[in-house]
Amino acid sequence: MSKVPKWKAIVIIATILICLYGIIGLPKSKQELAANWNHNIRLGLDLRGGSLLVLQIQLQDAFKADAIASIERMKELMSKNSIPGEPMLGYEPKSLQDADKVEILIKGVPADNAKTFRGIVSDEFGAWVMAPVGPSDYRMTMKPTEAGNLKKETLTRSISTIENRINSLGLSEATVQERQGSGADAEILVSLPGTDDPDRIKSILKTAALLELYEVKSGPFKSEVEALASFNGVRPLGTKLMPSMKRADAQDAGWYVVTSAPVITGRDLRDARASQDEMGKAETNFVISQDAKGRFGRFTEANIGNRLAIALDGQIKMAPRINARIEDNGVIEGVGTQQDAQDLAIMLRSGSLPAGVKYLQESTVGPSLGADSIRSGLLSGLVGLVVVIFIMLIYYARSGINATVALLLNAIILIGVLAYVGAVLTLPGIAGIILLIGMAVDSNVLIFERIREEIRAGKVLFAAIDAGFSKAFLTIIDTHVTTVVSCAFLFMFGTPAVRGFAVTLVIGLVANVFTSVFVSRYLFDLEYSGANPSLSIGIEV
Amino acid sequence: MELFRKTNIDFLGKKWIFIGLSLVLTAAGFVSWIAKGGLKYGIDFTGGANITVKFAGPPPVDKIRSVISAKIPGEISVQEISGQNEVVIGTGLKTDEELQNARRIMGETLNANFADQSGKLDFNNTSAQTLSERLRDPFAAAGISMSDQEIGDLAKALTEYRDKERSGLLTNLNELSGAPGVTPAILTVVKNECSLARFAIRGAEVVGPKIGGELRTKAILATLYALGGMLVYIAFRFEWIYGLAAVVATFHDVLITLGLFSLFGKEISLNVVAALLTLVGYSMNDTIVVFDRIRETVKQGRRGEFEAVVNESVNRTLSRTVLTSGLTFISAIALLIFGGQVLHGFSFALVCGIVVGTYSSIFVASPILIFWRNFAEKRRKKAGPAAA
Repeated sequence: MSKVPKWKAIVIIATILICLYGIIGLPKSKQELAANWNHNIRLGLDLRGGSLLVLQIQLQDAFKADAIASIERMKELMSKNSIPGEPMLGYEPKSLQDADKVEILIKGVPADNAKTFRGIVSDEFGAWVMAPVGPSDYRMTMKPTEAGNLKKETLTRSISTIENRINSLGLSEATVQERQGSGADAEILVSLPGTDDPDRIKSILKTAALLELYEVKSGPFKSEVEALASFNGVRPLGTKLMPSMKRADAQDAGWYVVTSAPVITGRDLRDARASQDEMGKAETNFVISQDAKGRFGRFTEANIGNRLAIALDGQIKMAPRINARIEDNGVIEGVGTQQDAQDLAIMLRSGSLPAGVKYLQESTVGPSLGADSIRSGLLSGLVGLVVVIFIMLIYYARSGINATVALLLNAIILIGVLAYVGAVLTLPGIAGIILLIGMAVDSNVLIFERIREEIRAGKVLFAAIDAGFSKAFLTIIDTHVTTVVSCAFLFMFGTPAVRGFAVTLVIGLVANVFTSVFVSRYLFDLEYSGANPSLSIGIEV
Repeated sequence: MELFRKTNIDFLGKKWIFIGLSLVLTAAGFVSWIAKGGLKYGIDFTGGANITVKFAGPPPVDKIRSVISAKIPGEISVQEISGQNEVVIGTGLKTDEELQNARRIMGETLNANFADQSGKLDFNNTSAQTLSERLRDPFAAAGISMSDQEIGDLAKALTEYRDKERSGLLTNLNELSGAPGVTPAILTVVKNECSLARFAIRGAEVVGPKIGGELRTKAILATLYALGGMLVYIAFRFEWIYGLAAVVATFHDVLITLGLFSLFGKEISLNVVAALLTLVGYSMNDTIVVFDRIRETVKQGRRGEFEAVVNESVNRTLSRTVLTSGLTFISAIALLIFGGQVLHGFSFALVCGIVVGTYSSIFVASPILIFWRNFAEKRRKKAGPAAA
């Protein structure tokens, strides 16, 4: 009888070893085995627990902020050049879609000053296009290229800020990425495996954490009206009104008139830490960077006796009096619990968000739910597998062993390849595996039934096996290629969950062709190559 | 062992009975579909917010509904998961902000109504980090000297014990004595500092309207493109009518399964879509096996009616069909019984799909081939004399 080629055995054993190595590495102890397994087999959020967040960056905020800053600069330049007129926000974008439609309106510029005014605009406001809308009024809109840049920059800064915050929280496995896809607009996908406190993380990621230190011109006033009345309704140039936190213990609550430009902003910080005051109350300390140190020192020295407003996200947290020259540190009191103080420190360290954040999606699977899913998934998988193998052994007798070997080997290859490519196993992935088990069983059944048919037709053993394999092979190829074709489409057009299904399935299908055709055939040949060949396939031969 | 030896059952002779059955089933699905005002989609497709909450005993559904309805505008659904002491509390509010608020308020309201209000930390709903911070000072006061790292590890061990061994919910803090690293002294401090709410929030899902619509479109498109791709491949390997027949049969299976979902009032979620894709794959596989045999029989030059050829092919693959479907069906049933809540919709779709998928290969896909063949033959006969 023909000899079974050795190279086949080598290929099969090498495949098993390579895949096993991918799954468990080279463990020296039980603990190491478990550790390697956990490291190599990556479970998705739905199985191991964790949160998936989709955030949308409200780009319109950045456009509005840019316009307001331009208006302030414009006011200064106009008064410096004695040009009358009032720059204001002409159109305030309300949604992401009309972010770049932001407009600045300048009213009441006399014809005499038009030339100087135009000169200032073209020299200083290169990002904007100006058009007259009347004899003395002008409208400025943002150039499309500049708007595009601002969008990109805002998104990049938001992503890096969110990344910084996540890193500061010590969530090493978390990932932050821009969400791709046709419908995605300024969206960020944050995946937080294994986290057990999504609420806290959500609020940390959402807070802008814009720290600003202002010089207080006057205040506190009880209300906005009272503040305005103090200077007869005309707010002095270069100042603005700011509310302070309404805290029970704050004597300085109310409204303040502060300089419109902050002395120090969050960008000037070098560090921030949580600490406790003498009373054991939580507070957050911050340290000012080397660059801004001199500026802050000079400012505090010149303003001893005046108040300094420490504002967070447009609200004054506290307004203490300056008692001496301060160089490089400050403290924010009244921040809540110790954890709140820590969270604020994290936010200050990681920088402020350039625009607001809206949550479009949250999917949180608690660790206990994930553990239950794994447990019940494993249990049902095992029960199914055991029953399937049992029936195959009864039905196909010794040949059933070949099918079982092929089935188990298929599983090893699938898990091994998943480990090598770093794929994540999710519930839809498990769906793929179930379909795969079905198709793997089917491949074996197809082959065995064909061999039986050939035997019944009176062929000799070897010829029957040969014909069985080659005839079933055509069918197997057709079913497998069809499924691979559909998976390709699912991968191209599907949601991430559907993609997980497609990837798992394709890997398994390739493995299945190998195990049910190549490996199983090898086993048959091996059994048949002995001195007294006999075939046991569940029917009289 | 052998189930079928040489069967010669006239499957296709009874095709009209089965085609009628298919039509009735499809129609029943459609009727229920229309009667119920469309399919019941999960919030991953409609947008909405829900939280899954496990209770220590049978959940007080009415009280939950009344306390939460008092805080959140719009309709609140409280769905009990039978036999699990779990409920899914959901709302279908429409804007992203409303949904985020609703999710937060649900947690707060449950806490206000079903948890200890003494200011102790609720152990059932805390994170490892909060727990370790809460325990640090009391440990020091009780003379238990542990580093911050050790306290952090202990807190992690305690919450892991809660999640993995107790399904996320403890009813008595003494249960913690079974957790690794817990000494009587530690347990005393934990009992002083922590309380146990009668519930634990096990998961939350908030899907804004934008994402929901996008997921739905994507899932439908992906499935349709996949079906189209298969049609083209089969048409290329066999004949175009084979491709069409296979796709019609598979589509028939999806329709009937969706109809069954509607009949049983089950929700279509992303996981169910994965199951439908599995079903598509399975049904297609089954159909191709039968088609392959038909093609082979035709090639062997077997004479006679095409219907007889098809019948013979179905009979020859019968043993394989029964065995494969039977084995896959058993796996799916195992999943339905042991798979738990999360996999329920999924395994239900699979069980339906395997039955319908096997059936449709024989009674939907094959008759289409016969009809087409007979139709083409008639046309040829008609055209024949005219040409001559």
